[in-house]
Amino acid sequence: MLIFMFRRFGTMVLTMVVVSILVFLLLEINVESVAIKVLGPYTSVEQRNLWLERNGYFDPAILRYLRWLGNFVIGDFGSSVRFKVPVSDVLWPRLANTGILGGIALFLASLIGLTLGVIAGMREGGPRDRGVSVSAILTTSVPEFASATFLLSFFVFHLGWLPGTSGMADGFDLRQLVLPVMVLVIYDWGYIARMTRASMAEVMTTHYIRTAVLKGLPYGQVIRRHAMRNALIAPFTVIMLQINWLLSGVIVVEVAFGYKGFGALLYEASLNQDIYLIEACAMVAVFVAVMTQTLADVGYTYLNPRIRFS
Amino acid sequence: MGSQDHSYDGPILECRDLCISYFTRAGEIPAVIDFNMTLNQGGSIGLVGESGCGKSTVAMAIMRYLGGNGAIVRGQVLYKGRDMASLSEEELRQLRGNEIAMVYQEPMAALNPSMTLGRQLMEVPLCHEKISEAEARKRAMQILADVNLPDPERVMAAYPHQISGGQQQRVVIAMALLSNPSLLLLDEPTTALDVTVEAGIIELIGQIAKKFSTSMVYISHNLGLILETCDRVNVMYSGVVVESGTVTEVFDQMRHPYTKGLFGCIPLPGADKSARPLVPIRGQLPLPHQRPPGCYFAPRCDFFKQGLCDLEDLHMTSVPNQPGHDVRCRRWQEIDWSTYKPVGVGVGEVQAGEVVLSLNKMKKYYEITDNSIAAMIRGKRVRYVKANESISLEARASETVAIVGESGCGKSTFAKVLMGLETATDGEVMFNGKDISQEQVQKRSADQVGSMQMIFQNPFDTLNPSHSVGSQLARVIRKFGVETDGDKIEQRVMELLDLVKLPRDFARRRPRQLSGGQKQRVGIARAFAGNPSTVVADEPVSALDVSVQAAVTGLLMDIQKTYRTTLIFISHDLSLVRYLADRVVVMYLGRIVEQGTTDEVFAPPYHPYTEALLSAVPIADTSVERTRIILEGNLPSVTNPPSGCVFNTRCQRKIGAICETEVPPIFEPSEGHRIACHLSREEMLAMKPVISLAATPESPAAE
Amino acid sequence: MTDQVVAGVPRRESSLLRTVRGLALIRESAVGMIGLSLVLFWVLVAIFAPLLAPFPPNQTGLPLSPPGAVGLEGNVYWLGTDQLGRDTLSRIIYGSRQVLLYAPLATLCAYLVGIPMGLAAGYRRGLTDDILSFISNVILSFPVLVLYIIIIATIGASGSNIVIAVTFASAPGIMRIVRGLVLDLRNREYVFAAETRGESPWRIMLVEILPNARGPLIVDACLRLGYVVITIGTLGFLGLGLPPPDPDWGGMVSELRSFAIINPLLAVFPCIAISSLVLGFNLLADGLREVSLRD
Repeated sequence: MLIFMFRRFGTMVLTMVVVSILVFLLLEINVESVAIKVLGPYTSVEQRNLWLERNGYFDPAILRYLRWLGNFVIGDFGSSVRFKVPVSDVLWPRLANTGILGGIALFLASLIGLTLGVIAGMREGGPRDRGVSVSAILTTSVPEFASATFLLSFFVFHLGWLPGTSGMADGFDLRQLVLPVMVLVIYDWGYIARMTRASMAEVMTTHYIRTAVLKGLPYGQVIRRHAMRNALIAPFTVIMLQINWLLSGVIVVEVAFGYKGFGALLYEASLNQDIYLIEACAMVAVFVAVMTQTLADVGYTYLNPRIRFS
Repeated sequence: MGSQDHSYDGPILECRDLCISYFTRAGEIPAVIDFNMTLNQGGSIGLVGESGCGKSTVAMAIMRYLGGNGAIVRGQVLYKGRDMASLSEEELRQLRGNEIAMVYQEPMAALNPSMTLGRQLMEVPLCHEKISEAEARKRAMQILADVNLPDPERVMAAYPHQISGGQQQRVVIAMALLSNPSLLLLDEPTTALDVTVEAGIIELIGQIAKKFSTSMVYISHNLGLILETCDRVNVMYSGVVVESGTVTEVFDQMRHPYTKGLFGCIPLPGADKSARPLVPIRGQLPLPHQRPPGCYFAPRCDFFKQGLCDLEDLHMTSVPNQPGHDVRCRRWQEIDWSTYKPVGVGVGEVQAGEVVLSLNKMKKYYEITDNSIAAMIRGKRVRYVKANESISLEARASETVAIVGESGCGKSTFAKVLMGLETATDGEVMFNGKDISQEQVQKRSADQVGSMQMIFQNPFDTLNPSHSVGSQLARVIRKFGVETDGDKIEQRVMELLDLVKLPRDFARRRPRQLSGGQKQRVGIARAFAGNPSTVVADEPVSALDVSVQAAVTGLLMDIQKTYRTTLIFISHDLSLVRYLADRVVVMYLGRIVEQGTTDEVFAPPYHPYTEALLSAVPIADTSVERTRIILEGNLPSVTNPPSGCVFNTRCQRKIGAICETEVPPIFEPSEGHRIACHLSREEMLAMKPVISLAATPESPAAE
Repeated sequence: MTDQVVAGVPRRESSLLRTVRGLALIRESAVGMIGLSLVLFWVLVAIFAPLLAPFPPNQTGLPLSPPGAVGLEGNVYWLGTDQLGRDTLSRIIYGSRQVLLYAPLATLCAYLVGIPMGLAAGYRRGLTDDILSFISNVILSFPVLVLYIIIIATIGASGSNIVIAVTFASAPGIMRIVRGLVLDLRNREYVFAAETRGESPWRIMLVEILPNARGPLIVDACLRLGYVVITIGTLGFLGLGLPPPDPDWGGMVSELRSFAIINPLLAVFPCIAISSLVLGFNLLADGLREVSLRD
C-alpha cells in the first residue's frame, strides 16, 4: 500500500515534469515569438535580440528549460506582460475566487448527482430511472455558454431576479454567484448521476444483492448497507476526475459572467498572448488536475477492500 | 432460534401444478411447466437436469424471487401449508433467510466484496431475531466452527476475496444455517469448485442434514451428486419433470427414455469402457420457444411414435407397485429396454504408432516481481512461479494422452508451451523430431503450426462472433497453405463441415446462431483444417451439457481415429478420461505426480493424490462403492508451493518429515507407470482400489 | 483484407451489412429515434442550406431587428438580425455546415489516431502499453479547455487547427477506451486460436479484435461527436474558433449576448441550435447503447 502511494506520487511528479516540457516546447521553443509576445509586435529586431540576449534566451534550450523549471518550482512565474506585475500576484487571488466557485458547484453537483443516481439505479428501467436518465442527457447536452445565455435571458432579463454579471465590483456578493454555480451544476450533475446510476444498476444485478434480499434483510438495509457501499466506489473516482472538467467549465462561466477567477485570467492571458501568465495558469491547472487524479486513485484503492488487502 | 412451527406436521414444501413464465420482448416464455413436488420434513429432493431445464427457476419461485420479468402463471407453492403467493412483503421477508435459506452456485459472487464476512453473517440473526451484537457474534463464530472452518476468528474479520473458494462456500452454507432454517435450497453449490474441494462440501452437506434435520432441495446437473445427497429425485427436461421417484427407483429402474439417455451419456470411472460404452443422445436441447408439441424429448427419442408422442396433454403416470415413481411418457410400458442396444462411441483398440511428441524435463517458470518492503530489504524481489516443473512425457501417433488435474495444476501453461505461445524455460519439447521448446509460434513454419492445433474450452468464446463460420475455417485453410485456390478452399470448408457432421449451409452462419455443441464442432473442424498430426484439446466438452458432451466426445474420437492423430486431452474430469484416454498424466501444482496407461492409473497402486481425486468423483451408479477420502486444507498457491513433495500439505498418506524436505523418488510398479511418492513399495502395493462394483450389480432395467 | 468469397457470401459486404442492420435496431428505441431525427434534421439543413436560408449568411441589413421583423426587400427576419444586420436564421442554417463538417472530421481524425494506439497498448501490453498510457495520461491531465487554449494560442485559430487540437486532445481518451476493450477481448479463445495458428499481431488486432469492439466504439463516437460540437461552439464563444465572417454558432452567441439588453432573445436561438444538435448525438448514443445491451 505504501509502495503504491509512493509510486503513484512518483508518477504524478513525472507527469508534471512531462507536462512542463510540453508547455515549454509549445510556448517557449521559438524565442523569436517569445520576444514578440513580450515586447509587442512593433519592436525592432535589434530591440528583441537585445532583450533575448539579456534574458538568456540564446542559451541552449535544455539550460533554459531547467532554469525555467527551477523558477517555477520556487514559485517565480515571471512577470505578466499585461498586468505589469509578477504573475503570482494576480494568480493566487484569482485561484482562490475560482476555488469558491468550483467548490460550491462541485459540492452541489455531487450531492444532486449521487442522490438522483442512486435513486435511478435502484430499479433499472423504472420510471424514476427513465426520468433521471433523460434529464441528465438533456442538461449535459447544453454547453455551458448556452445555458449561461438561457439563464441570463430568463433570470436576469425576464424575471429581473439576479444580477447579470458576477464581477464582485462592490465586494463579495452571494447573489452574483448563483448563476455561475447554476451553469456549472447543470452541466456537471448529469455526468455524476449517470455514472452513479450505472454503477448502482450494475450492483443491483449482482448475486450478493440477491443473497442480501434472500437473507430477509429489509429493502432499505439492502440498499444502504450492501448496494451503496459498493456502488459509490466508482462515482468517487468520477467526482474527483470531474474537477478536471470543472476547470474547463470554469473558464467559460467566468468569461460569460465576468467573474474574476482563474479561468478568466487564463483566457485573458491567451487573448493578450501574455506568455508567462499562460504558462503559469496552465501549470497550475494541470497541477490541480493531476493532484486530484492521484487522490482519486489513492482513495479508490482505499475504498476497495479487494485492492486494499492484497 | 428459527421459528419452527411444531404444531405443523404436514409436508414442508409442496409445489402444485406450478407454471412459471418469463415475459420478454418476444413474448411469454414458459420456463417451468406443470411442476409438482412434495418435500416432507427432514427429506431431501434433488432436481436434476441440463441447462435451461428450469431447475433454478423452481428454486427462485420457492423463494418468490423471480425478478421483474418472471411470474408464477399457474399453480401454487405451499410452505408448511401456506401459499407463498398470499404472503405480504413483510411476512415474506421474515421467511427468507430465517425459515428458507439458500446456498448459491458461485460463492465468490454471492458474498458482498466490501463487507467483512463476520458482518455478513451477523446480519442474519440481527435482522430476524431480537438479539444483541455480541450474541450474534457468538452465534456466527459457532456456526463457522460447525461448518469446519478453521480459525473462525480470522474468517470473521476477513473479506471474501481473502479466503479460498471452498472456504467461501462454507461461509455461505454457514450463513444459510445461522437461523436454523426448516428448508435449505442448494443451487449447484459445488459446480464452481474443484473436485477435491467439492467432496468436502458434499460431506458437509450430508452432516448438516443429519445434525440440523433440515429439509433440502438440491439442484444439480450432476446425477452423481444427487445420489450422494438426496433421497428423492426429479429429473427435468426443458421445463418439465419427466421422471420422479426415490433415488434408487430412478437410478436403478429408470423408465423415461431421457433419464435412460442421460445415464448413458455419463461416463463412470469405475466402469469398463467396452462393457458400458458412452451413448450420446442425438440432437440438442430445444429452445423454450421451439419446444415440439407433445413430448419435448420426442425429436431426440429413439422410441418416438408419430400420432402418439406428439399429442398434447401429456401427464405424469405412476409406475405400478412403486408409489411416488412417476413418468411423463406415453410409451414407457411398451419399451423393452433389454433389446435396446444403442451404438456407443469410441470403443475399440488403436495401435499406437511412433513417438510424435516427447517432452524431456520441460520447465516453464514465470518471473514475478515482489514489491513488498520485506522483499526489497531481503533483496529478493524477483521470484519464480514454477508453472511447469520437469515435465517429461511421450505421445505416440493415434494415441490419446490425458492431462488431468485441478485448477492451478499447470495444464494451461503446458498447452501454451506446446502451442508456442510461450517458450519453455528449460528442457526440450521434441515434436516430429525437432525441438520446438524455444520456438515462438510466429517463428514456426506454416507446416509445423498446422500440424499441431488446439481445441478450446469455452464454446461461446472459441469462435469470433464477427466472422461467419465459413470464413473462419477458410482463413485457417489458407493460413496453413492447405489450399490456395478460392474454389478449393470452399470445397475444403464443406468437407470439414461434413467431417464434424454439421450441415453445409452452416458456412454462412454466424457463431451467434449456433448452439454450444455446434460451436464446439466448428472448433474441432478448425483444429483439423490443417491436417494436424497432434491436437491439443483443452477441456473441450466441460462447458457443454451432459447429453451433448457425449456426442462431441464421440465425434472427436472418431476423427482422431480416422486420421491417426495424437490427441493431448486436458481435463479435470477423471470419468471422461477413463473412457477416451490411452494414457493418463496426473498433475498437481505444476508437477507430474503419476503417469501410466489408463488402466494402470485407475487401479492401485495410486499416487495418494490420484487416489483422492478418484475417490472425489461423484458417481451416478448405485452399484458402485468407493472409499471416501476428503483432502484437508486448501490448494497451496503456485507462487509459494510446499517444499519437498508438493502434495505434502494435503496428503492423506503423509509419512513424515521426509515428505516436507525431499523431492519424492519415482516408483515404477510396471514399466511406464511412474509414481512420484515417498511411500514404500510395500505400502504402495497394499493399496486397495478406490472404486469397486458391489458384489451383485443388478440392472433391472435391462431384464 | 481482400474480398474473399466463401460459400458464395462476399465477406466484407456481409460484415458491413451486419453493422448496418445492427444500427437499424435503433428503431426500437424511442429515445434513439428522437436523437436520430435531431441529427438528421441538422444534416439535411446543412445540405440544403442555400435552399432553406432566406438570406445569404453574410448579407447585412437592418441591425438588431427583433424576431419577425421585415427586412428591406420584404423578407422576414424570423429570428432577428445581429449588430451588422445579418439574418440570424440564415446564419444558424449556414453555421450548421461548419459544425457538421469540422465535428465529424475532427472526431474521425481522433479515432484514426486513438484506435491504433489503443490496439497496440492493449494487445502488446508491456513497455508499449506503459509508454502509450503515460503519454495519454499526461495529455488527459490537462483540463480540456486549457489544452485547447494553449494549442490554439500557439498555432492560431482556424478550421484545420481545430481538427488538430481536437485530435490531440481526444485521441488519448479514445486510446484508453480501445485499450480497455482490447484487454478484455484479447483473452478470448478465438484470439488464442488466431495466435496458435501464427497470425501476425496486427492482423489479430484488426481482424480478430477490432470488429468485436465496434459496438461500444460506435456509442462512444456518438457521445464524442456531441462533445466535439460543444468544444467547437465553446471555442467560437471564446473567440478562438473559426475566423469571421463565416457564421459559427458559438461566435454568434458571444456577439449577440453583448446586445442582450436590447433583446435577450437574439442570443438564445443559436444556443438552441447547438444544444439540439448535441442532444441529438447524446440521445442517439443512449439509444444505441440501450439496443446493443439487448442481445
